[in-house]
Amino acid sequence: MVHAAPGGPFDDERVLPPETRQALEAAYNLDAPLHQQFLDYLSNLVRGDMGPSYRYRDHTVGELIGNAFPVSLKLGGMAMLLAIVVGVTAGTVAALRRNTWLDRTVMGFAMTGISVPVFVIAPVLVLLLAVKMQWLPAGWSGNEGLSRFVLPVIALALPQVAYIARLTRASMIDVLASDFIRTARAQGLGTSAIVRYHALKPAMLPVLSYMGPAIAAILTGSVVVEEIFGIPGLGQFFVRGALNRDYTLVLGIVIFYATLVVLLNLVVDLLYGVIDPRIRRR
Amino acid sequence: MISKKRALVYLVILAAAVAVVWQYQGVPQVGGPAASVLHRGLSTDPESVDPHKARSVAAGEVLRDIGEGLLSYSATGELVAGVADEWTASDDGLIYTFHIREDARWSNGDAVTAEQFVFSLRRLVDPATAAFYAGMVADINNVTEIIAGDLPPEELGVIAADERTLVITLVRPTPYLLSLLTFPSTFPVHPGSIATHGEAFTRAENLLSNGAYKLDSWEPGSVLSLSRNEQYWNNAVTAIDEVQHHVLTQEMTELNRYRAGELQVTGSVPPDSFEKVREDYPDELHIAPYLGVYYYGFNLTKPPFKDNPELREALSLAIDRDVLVESITGRGEAAAYSWVPPGVDNYAPRRFNYADQTQDERNAHARRLLAEAGYYPNNPLRFELRYNTSDTQQRIALAVQAMWKDVLGVEATLINEEFQVLLANMRAGAVTQVFRSSWIGDYNDAHTFLSIMESGNASNMPRYASVEFDEQMRRAAEQVDPKRRRLFLEEAERVLLSDHPVIPLYFYVSKHLVSPDVVGWGDNVLDYHYSQHLSLAPAGATP
Repeated sequence: MVHAAPGGPFDDERVLPPETRQALEAAYNLDAPLHQQFLDYLSNLVRGDMGPSYRYRDHTVGELIGNAFPVSLKLGGMAMLLAIVVGVTAGTVAALRRNTWLDRTVMGFAMTGISVPVFVIAPVLVLLLAVKMQWLPAGWSGNEGLSRFVLPVIALALPQVAYIARLTRASMIDVLASDFIRTARAQGLGTSAIVRYHALKPAMLPVLSYMGPAIAAILTGSVVVEEIFGIPGLGQFFVRGALNRDYTLVLGIVIFYATLVVLLNLVVDLLYGVIDPRIRRR
Repeated sequence: MISKKRALVYLVILAAAVAVVWQYQGVPQVGGPAASVLHRGLSTDPESVDPHKARSVAAGEVLRDIGEGLLSYSATGELVAGVADEWTASDDGLIYTFHIREDARWSNGDAVTAEQFVFSLRRLVDPATAAFYAGMVADINNVTEIIAGDLPPEELGVIAADERTLVITLVRPTPYLLSLLTFPSTFPVHPGSIATHGEAFTRAENLLSNGAYKLDSWEPGSVLSLSRNEQYWNNAVTAIDEVQHHVLTQEMTELNRYRAGELQVTGSVPPDSFEKVREDYPDELHIAPYLGVYYYGFNLTKPPFKDNPELREALSLAIDRDVLVESITGRGEAAAYSWVPPGVDNYAPRRFNYADQTQDERNAHARRLLAEAGYYPNNPLRFELRYNTSDTQQRIALAVQAMWKDVLGVEATLINEEFQVLLANMRAGAVTQVFRSSWIGDYNDAHTFLSIMESGNASNMPRYASVEFDEQMRRAAEQVDPKRRRLFLEEAERVLLSDHPVIPLYFYVSKHLVSPDVVGWGDNVLDYHYSQHLSLAPAGATP
């Protein structure tokens, strides 16, 4: 499929002399018939060799992914963590103080997070906090430590905070209205104890279900955030690879993502069992 | 309550901890002033730091810092000595002899020798290397045959007379040869390094440099870190100790980082912010003419543009280029009424004969030509205009489409395609009618612009084939005297312009933001800015 897109990795406005083009394509096995290329790729893949990158000619695909993945993982992981912590807290607070000004404010912010796209939020954050106030770095390279993560993580997490807050609020309101919570209250348990020990876990189920799409959103959102902050993550390389017709890089990242998604789905399924005893009993 | 003994123990531990931490406070101060670091923006990762595998402008920027050819350029764009400190040419202009300077060294202390240049140039043209720019040195003896595989690379017309003397034999007099020898593809590579490491000689830990800096590390997608090459022959003059080329593909990101003080030099300026930047940083914004032309090309192999120069001229006449450069691109570009940009060495570009008319006069002339070609309001000219997906390209295309419609009643359909798709279509020449393209010169000579319009040239996208144009180019190639050569080249351009295979719209400008801390920046038409020419002084200090 990757070959179906017009153009190739060695195209440019300066056209290659035919002999040079032939030599290049031979060196990268691009002159073999497609099915042959496919089989060669598979046999290399099984041995862990994802091939050279056509565009980054001094690096292999394995190396590029190996460098980019930890960056994306840290970024996405922190964003997810932030989103869950802030989102659940905000949603719970809103649920407990339902219909007060606090509820409305929190949900108002949530609405902004959902409706304003990442590529608007991120540059605004950069302009305000990095350029004007100079509190945080504007970019990635050449800066050290955690401070260069702050803005990208916030930009990436914001939409997810919004969704999770709304989900938590709705779910928490539901759970708080159920029988066993009324029983606990009747037994004299305080609100914070009720929330911590009885209400939180069941209220988390919809949030957990949302984790799948949330991770996907973070992965795709990370492309925009990576471009805006100049972060060398998987999203950036994926887009560059497609635009540069860097076949091996694109294939490598697709395979990597697919493996990741399968693994994560497995983890989510297992987590269901941990959180909801009803499922465990099956 | 803790006992006195406990409290004493805690105090001692605390004091020890403070003493240890105190030790580490001032460590970087030992040994003199801190290293000076230049932070530059780079538009994309180089394909490679192997001079034969690299091809982008970005790669050239990095390579010019970590390597050097026989010749080089000064900060203001004059040819200066590089690895070669002396050279002579034979009277017939076919044999050049270069003397390699005695103190030219690689970063590991090895001498740079003539043999290494022979090895490197052979590697450049060797079909097995598949170097993108192999054809650039086609004026050297046997290059064309070697690239085609008819002769082995050992037959290349470059030999080492001795360790310090390099002799290049040419097929024809090539006045721009010296300019070619500044180009990164002609930089030397270290044969021993390739023998030891193979393809991995480009890894930062292995790569040897004969330039002002060496490559310390490369994080793809992020930054290339360079540091001073103490072995460089001119190291005493290099002021800046470290250079960081930050890979920033988004112009907006680069601008933000400049504003935040994280970059001292940007590679570009985003078009949308241009006005604001001009207001906020008038002294830091550098706009200079650049050797590049933006044009719309015709597919000359198919109707309606095949064999129809009047029609093509009409379309060229009806475009108000001043509107384009003032209102749409607005960064100081010059409207193009020639093919070769201004500022090229030893050359005065020809112009369209309507260059000095008013737009109204041009429009009237265009309408007449259109009618002569057989198109009327009830038989309008219809064709497709293809351009690559981008804000700027789209705005220009919309403007031109509107101008054509207003003045001539032409109905141009706009089709935007992703860059690679457009390239593929242009090369195939099957569906294109009018397409947007551009050409950036590789060296400071009119030849780099005119040669691509020779029939059969692979980059001749319109498929222009004029016997007269080719003849003028052929005769220019035979001239040794630069004045006579120039006459033939100018005549060739005149023929080209009157045939209208292309509509040049404007000439590029280079745009950079350069911090006031940076001293020694020189605007030049090739947009080469070697880090070794720059130094960092805090703003306000007298230079």
